Amino acid sequence: MSAVIQIENVDKWYNPAVQVLRNVSLTVSRGEVVVVCGPSGSGKSTLIKCVNALEPIQHGRIVVDGEDLGGKGVNLPRLRARVGMVFQHFELFPHMRVLDNLCLAQCKVLGRSRQEAESRALVLLDRVGLTAHAAKFPGQLSGGQQQRVAIARALAMDPVVMLFDEATSALDPEMVSEVLDVMVGLAQSGMTMMVVTHEMGFAGKVANRVVFMDQGEVVEDAPSKQFFEGAGSERARQFLSKILTY
Amino acid sequence: MSNFDFDIVWQNLPYLFLVGLRFTLTLTVLAALGGVILGTLLAILRQSGGPVLSGFVAGYVNLVRALPLVLVIFWFYFLVPYVGQWVTGSPRPIQVGGFASALITFIVFEAAYFSEIMRAGIASIPRGQSSAGQALGLTHAQVMRYVVLPQVFRIMLPVLLTQTIVLFQDTSLVYVLSITDFLGAASKIAERDGRLVEMYTFAALVYFVLSFAASRGVQRLRARYAVPR
Ligand SMILES: Nc1ncnc2c1ncn2[C@@H]1O[C@H](COP(=O)(O)OP(=O)(O)OP(=O)(O)O)[C@@H](O)[C@H]1O
Ligand SMILES: [Mg+2]
Repeated sequence: MSAVIQIENVDKWYNPAVQVLRNVSLTVSRGEVVVVCGPSGSGKSTLIKCVNALEPIQHGRIVVDGEDLGGKGVNLPRLRARVGMVFQHFELFPHMRVLDNLCLAQCKVLGRSRQEAESRALVLLDRVGLTAHAAKFPGQLSGGQQQRVAIARALAMDPVVMLFDEATSALDPEMVSEVLDVMVGLAQSGMTMMVVTHEMGFAGKVANRVVFMDQGEVVEDAPSKQFFEGAGSERARQFLSKILTY
Repeated sequence: MSNFDFDIVWQNLPYLFLVGLRFTLTLTVLAALGGVILGTLLAILRQSGGPVLSGFVAGYVNLVRALPLVLVIFWFYFLVPYVGQWVTGSPRPIQVGGFASALITFIVFEAAYFSEIMRAGIASIPRGQSSAGQALGLTHAQVMRYVVLPQVFRIMLPVLLTQTIVLFQDTSLVYVLSITDFLGAASKIAERDGRLVEMYTFAALVYFVLSFAASRGVQRLRARYAVPR
């Protein structure tokens, strides 16, 4: 199995006093679904932003789809276009209709014609069940619908891997499952995914591996079955018992 | 009151409006467009141009805002011909005329104010919007062009237009160059026919009506063009 994301000994500081990632190493292979969990502030969002080079790293190496993010002459926008990213707060462009949200980067980055972009967009809107809302503005949709649009927007770029940063944690409870359903469907279709989430149901259902982070370190990285049957580390066990009790 | 003669206004309406007001409105519109474009560029430089450029822009904005407009109008009028001479390498100062000189002055002056408005607007767009744009593979420039600025213009449109109304009133200061803008036209007739009270009252009324109507229009726009979030 070839690695789509290779994170090797990465250190990151936001400022000289605070180290947010400590010697993090992690590999996501093609077709794999890796769930990343851990307490608030443990560096999950930071790690996922580093994979997309939205945040620089100070030490170590990240290779995405065979390309070293820190390599000389690497075209970051081009590389990012191959990595889909879904944010906690959706981040749809509020001044554009849903369809235009899906077409913008297809046209400007991939150079697709408007027609190609639209037909690809409509296929993906259909896949997330939102064809009827193509002409609406994001503000006219519910949170769950917006997040599904955001997933479709990322998929429209035909990414080799999808990153999710707590995609359901800003949603009202009744909308969580409609988004998780889309994510499960995506996982089952063979998409490579790195998913920051506390939805352990999702993890149990589709994750190949679960990574547990604490204070900037990868504390545990185990096949999901093994992780749930008895996480090896005390910290992971405590964390799990906390989020599963409620 | 009996010897007020407002006929003088009616007799001179074509001159007042077709010459005077036309100049004023043309100057206002062109200066606003130029000022917004230059101001937007300045705001972008200030936000993401590196320490040297952004320091330069900050200095520029502070300098302009610390100078009285009349002074700048005057100074530019006398300076621009020499700048033109220097740029083109001509042996004599290039006479650009009152309109061009006034237009350049107002663009340069208003850009400082517009850039502050645009800067506040850019800062008001959540950082996640840029991250999302970049994550899709858009470059910094494309994120600005397609994601950030369109939202900034919508949010800031009322403020930009309000500043343009101020600009409209400020254009009356070109009278120091003896230019026939609206106020200049009114004042020429006033002096010629000795009808100061009538002409200045009428001029005040016109400035008031136009400014007031424009601000009401801005309030309506504010409601209509709000970004649905
Ligand atoms: N832009 C930033 N500048 C400075 N410090 C930051 C920045 N972003 C995050 N941090 C800090 O880095 C640490 C890790 O943050 P991060 O957002 O990656 O954690 P997280 O695991 O995603 O947490 P959460 O579950 O709350 O989302 C935290 O201590 C946070 O305060
Ligand atoms: Mg986070």
